[in-house]
Formats: sequence, C-alpha cells, structure tokens
Amino acid sequence: MDAISLIVRSIFVDNMIFAYFLGMCSYLAVSKNVKTAFGLGIAVTFVLVLTLPINYMLENYVLKAGALSWLGPQLATVDLSVFSLLIFIAVIASFTQLVEMVVEKFSPALYNSLGIFLPLIAVNCAILGGSLFMQQREFANVGMATAYGFGSGIGWMLAIVGMAAIREKLEYSHVPKPLKGLGITFIITALMAIGFMSFSGINI
Amino acid sequence: MALSAKAKQALLGPLNKNNPILVQVLGICSALAVTSKLEPSLVMAIAVTIVTAFGNVIISLLRKTIPNRIRIIVQLVVVAALVTIVSEVLKAFAYDVNKQLSVFVGLIVTNCILMGRLEAFALGNGPWPSFLDGIGNGLGYGWILVTVGFFRELLGSGTLLGYKVIPQAAYSAGYENNGLMMLAPMALILVAVIIWVHRSKNKDLQEGTN
Repeated sequence: MDAISLIVRSIFVDNMIFAYFLGMCSYLAVSKNVKTAFGLGIAVTFVLVLTLPINYMLENYVLKAGALSWLGPQLATVDLSVFSLLIFIAVIASFTQLVEMVVEKFSPALYNSLGIFLPLIAVNCAILGGSLFMQQREFANVGMATAYGFGSGIGWMLAIVGMAAIREKLEYSHVPKPLKGLGITFIITALMAIGFMSFSGINI
Repeated sequence: MALSAKAKQALLGPLNKNNPILVQVLGICSALAVTSKLEPSLVMAIAVTIVTAFGNVIISLLRKTIPNRIRIIVQLVVVAALVTIVSEVLKAFAYDVNKQLSVFVGLIVTNCILMGRLEAFALGNGPWPSFLDGIGNGLGYGWILVTVGFFRELLGSGTLLGYKVIPQAAYSAGYENNGLMMLAPMALILVAVIIWVHRSKNKDLQEGTN
C-alpha cells in the first residue's frame, strides 16, 4: 500500500520535471515529436528502475556511516558517504552504456532519432536526482526505492510526452517571434506545472 | 594583461550572444529550483562557475591522453570529484545554504553546461582559453540565475538576501507579497520573459520564420 502511494505521489506530486525541473535539457530538446519523446521516456524509466535499487544497496551497505559494520565490528566507524556522488554516477554511466547497446541492437530507428541524447541520459539530472533524493529520504527498503524510481520515470515520461504532443500542435499557431521555440516551451511547461500542482496533497 | 581576441570571445561571448541558458539551452536542470531566494542563487552561480572553470582546465590538460571511447566517464569522474570538493567546502563554511540547496549541489555533476562545454570546448582547446570559457559560461549561467532569484525574492517575499526591502508603509497601504512567485513554475515564466527580451534585441537568434 505504501509503495502504491509512493508511486502515485512521485508521478503526480513530486514530478521530476514539474516540481524539481530535473532532466530539463533533454526534455526541451527531444520533446518535438511524440514518438521520440515516448522512446526516451521508456529509456529513462528503465535506467531509473535499474539504478535506484543498486544505488540504494550501495548506499546502505557500503557508503553510509557505519554501513560497513556487516563486514566486522572494527569497520563500524567508517563513513564513505563523501564518495557517494562518484559511485552513483559511475553506476548510472555504466547502465546508460548498457541501455544504449540494447537500443542500438533492437531498435536502430529509435537509436538514430534519439541521437546524442541517449548517451546523455547518463547526465540526465532526473536519474542522478532520483538517486540523491533516495539518499535524502531514507526509504525503508529496496522495494520502496524501486517504486520511487518507477514512479519518477513514469512521471518524467508523462511530462515529456504531453509536452511533445502540445508542441506538435503548436507548430500551427502564431507565437510572437521572440518567444517562438524555446520561450513558449518554457511558458507551457510552467502552465503544465501549475496544473500538476493541483494534485498536491493527494494521499492514497 | 591584454587578452587576445579569441580569449575575449571565449570569456564574453557566453554572457550575451552565446549564453548557455538562453541560446545553447544547457544547464536548466539544476538551475531553476534553487532560485526562490537570492542567496542560494548566488551560491549556486559561484559553485557552477568554479566547477566549470576548473573542470575545463583539467579536461583540457588531459585531452591528448583520454581515449575517445571512454571520455564521457573520465569527464564525469573529474566533474564529480570537483563537485564533491565544492559540496564539502559548502558544508563546512555555509551549512545553512547547503541545507537549502539540498541535492542540487550534487546535481551540478549532471549540469549540462559542464558536459556541453567540456565536449565542445575543452577537448579542442588549450588550458588557458578553456579556463576563460569556463568562467564565461559560469557567469553567463550565473547572471540568469541571480536575475531570476532577485525578482522571485523581491516580489515573492519582499526581501533581498533576507533583508526587508519593501517598506512597512507599503504593506499598511495594502501591498501584498505575491505568493505565486514562490512557486516553482514562476521560475520558468521568468526565464521565458528573459528569453523574450533577449531575443527581441538579438533578432538573429529567433527560431524559424513560419
């Protein structure tokens, strides 16, 4: 029950894009067409679901203060949390490499349309952000961390697909010239974010 | 010291015509969530400038020895090490601000400005121009952040850096703080307004003509 509530909250209330602006770079660049946006959304969700449990276990059994005590009592005072950033980013970078190879093998069309943004998932703030929020919120177990990753990924996908759909229609409207492209995208994102704020306070 | 034309371009270009946020669309990720107050915006701007400048220098020094295939991982490690240092320094000397910035200091690692500049500039240029490029891009990013933070704090809570700016008389006369400014979406709207002004002045940057 907790897990479901967490998933719903991370999709609608703590949405990665609308509440924290994480992953904005690829969000702005890839949201020009629904199909590509959907593909990137799937890839991001996949990387999030895989990296969060791994980083959760690394955090709790290796990095946290006293986390190494299962190796022996003399290690109970070791605190490696300084290195958490380095470890997290290494895990994320290697998983991105994996996803890139899988996508290249099974869906060359998607691979070509995502272009540079596939390797850039490694530096997608939403992914590292997921790990850092996980560290900050101290989830009870691996399952909760995975649920959080899944919810965040779906939330991110929802945002980018919605934005792509709006931008496809926007091609036909008359936007003031200086606002065309980037400017209007920002404003629409803000309006969508205000819309999503109406979900805050939801409890299941 | 006189700067050559190229160095000047590397330093000053990003402030206006080649601004990382307004034109290159880099680094919006970690930028906007910290701008609800002026102080964290300033700290964030300084932190990003430092990391970009030194990351550029280090990668530029290493550029001939890094194998092409693993360069992204090397870049990430260099940047993550620098960010770890910055975050430890912040924890030691500015603990309150560090608390406010929460995960966003760590997120400098994935700030697209860093990767973008490392890939686009530091890999092909010497350490000194790379350093200037890093400073320039950090400042170009910083002034947007500080502008947004300035307006959000001024209009949202009537203070600047925590000091009251709007006089009490204005409140007595019925002035109210605009609570909407404190909400996250307003940061996006403010950036959109900056883009609007910037592109009205630089017509060559406008997208498409249809």
